Amino acid sequence: MSVLTVIPVLIPLCCAVASLLARRSIRLQRKLAVAGTAALLFAAIGLMTAVLHHGVLCTQSGSWPAPFGITLVADILSSVMVMLTGLMGLAVAIYSLASMDEARERSGYYPLLHMLLAGVNGAFLTGDLFNLYVWFEVMLIASFVLLALGGERAQMEGAIKYVTLNLMASALFLAGVGILYGMAGTLNMADLSLKLRDTGHHGLITCVAMLFLTAFGVKAALFPVFCWLPASYHTPPVAVSAIFAGLLTKVGVYSLLRVFTLIFTQDIPYTHTIILWAAGLTMVTGVLGAFAQNEFRRILSFHSISQIGYMVMGLGLFSPMALAGSVYFLVHHSVVKTNLFLISGVAEKLGGSFELKKLGGLYSSSPVVAGLFFVVAMSLAGMPPLAGFVGKFILARAGLEAGQWVIVGVALAVGMVTLMSMTKIWGEAFWKGSPGTALPQPPSRKVLVTLLVPVAFLAALTVLTGIGAAPLIHVALRAAEQMLDNSQYIAAVLGEGMR
Amino acid sequence: MENLLALVIGVLYAAGIYMMLRRSLVKLIIGLALLSNAANLLIFTSGGLVPARPPLIARGESALAAPFADPLPQALILTAIVISFGVMAFALVLFYRAAEEAGADDLDRLTSTDT
Repeated sequence: MSVLTVIPVLIPLCCAVASLLARRSIRLQRKLAVAGTAALLFAAIGLMTAVLHHGVLCTQSGSWPAPFGITLVADILSSVMVMLTGLMGLAVAIYSLASMDEARERSGYYPLLHMLLAGVNGAFLTGDLFNLYVWFEVMLIASFVLLALGGERAQMEGAIKYVTLNLMASALFLAGVGILYGMAGTLNMADLSLKLRDTGHHGLITCVAMLFLTAFGVKAALFPVFCWLPASYHTPPVAVSAIFAGLLTKVGVYSLLRVFTLIFTQDIPYTHTIILWAAGLTMVTGVLGAFAQNEFRRILSFHSISQIGYMVMGLGLFSPMALAGSVYFLVHHSVVKTNLFLISGVAEKLGGSFELKKLGGLYSSSPVVAGLFFVVAMSLAGMPPLAGFVGKFILARAGLEAGQWVIVGVALAVGMVTLMSMTKIWGEAFWKGSPGTALPQPPSRKVLVTLLVPVAFLAALTVLTGIGAAPLIHVALRAAEQMLDNSQYIAAVLGEGMR
Repeated sequence: MENLLALVIGVLYAAGIYMMLRRSLVKLIIGLALLSNAANLLIFTSGGLVPARPPLIARGESALAAPFADPLPQALILTAIVISFGVMAFALVLFYRAAEEAGADDLDRLTSTDT
């Protein structure tokens, strides 16, 4: 029994309720948003240190013993993801203070943000497949409303596609859960791992594995089921896009990492080759889609897809180094992509548009913003010594060690096109002269500082995790070890002697 | 019984997908509802059907007698029904608003955010 595994879910839940009670006072809700997400970050750091020192932590809710009750489990992968949630939550909460319009704040933006974080953390911490489905739905409902909040026509259209495809994915996930329960009679992930290890019917298990791959693939925006992402991510306010880009697709990737290392490891040459192909095609289609776009946020949305390919590539290669690369890349990409969306919002506030054609001259008018964008964009493209380079380096090395030349070639080529795409934004929005259209009223100094604090913080983080990559790589390697040798996880959930 | 239910599930999935492929927003949401019901029925069937054997320990016994119905799938389905009810309610309002904004319930005219 460990309270630490429950707190990261409880904090945002309580904050959501408190924000709802403080419905009339926006000021109180704003303070609660920052305080709640900061508390979440501290709780996540506490969980992380505990997991690193004491191994896998586990809580049986209601004290029901493991395969019967709902288990909350925190291994290193989970705690890294919870930490990311805290970081992104805090950054976006601070950014929202200066960027969210009052109408949206009045109609419940902050409670929804807390609910979203609660759902995301629940999904990261649960050890039960059906419970994972429930947390997915908590997260999805909050994200549906966040996406549609404000009711602009573009938002409505984006939300239709997002809602439809995500509900389809949920139905597939639920069907997979049902069949799995029929086969094994349990939905506890650790128990499933044991029960499915030596059953006879591989064919049916592989079939269910593909159902799960499709369902989580939709959530993670894998090829060929990513169409909802570029149709919806550029429609809501920037703070919402940023938290979506930083966390939602990562939940899909996390679920893939979890089930394809813990449960579906019966036929690795078959299933993980399919995953590897999907990863390669995701990278290529995403980056080509981005190259064809001329709107700041649409470019970023397509890059989100292509970068998902890298994370899933590590899962497809299925070696300790490759999985560590996936974990490292998850952290790197969350930090960088959230930040790029936040910067796109700053650019819009300064230049009056998201269209690259209408932007320009930002380098001369606000060199600080330009400098921050440059650092973060280069990290996304994978320039040394930033975090993106380290992530791609680990994955490429793991690919070469596994003899998968094609996927390594694809990954490096996609990195090149990413760089071209980032230089396009740089050239058009920052370096090019001002297009001469009327600029909006520049934001006050106080607003600008509030917007730039989280941006600068996340930018510093990507530089730090790039230059001083060793501690994070070490944690990622340990997470990968735990994923590949899941006896620790199973022992923590079901008790010793059940390995 | 299993065969009949399997057939029903298959028909529900097929009808759901067919509805979702139409251009009308109303049919899209009917399709979604059919799909989630098909999934619920799938859980119900794959959980194993044992008629007239409630999972209750008989008076004087200390354990369940062998063929008994598993209550867990029903608990799962109940949860899933409640969730899909909430989601459907939201989706209905969203689609209604979208149709109002766009002035049509034709999906082919809601393409301005696509690329």
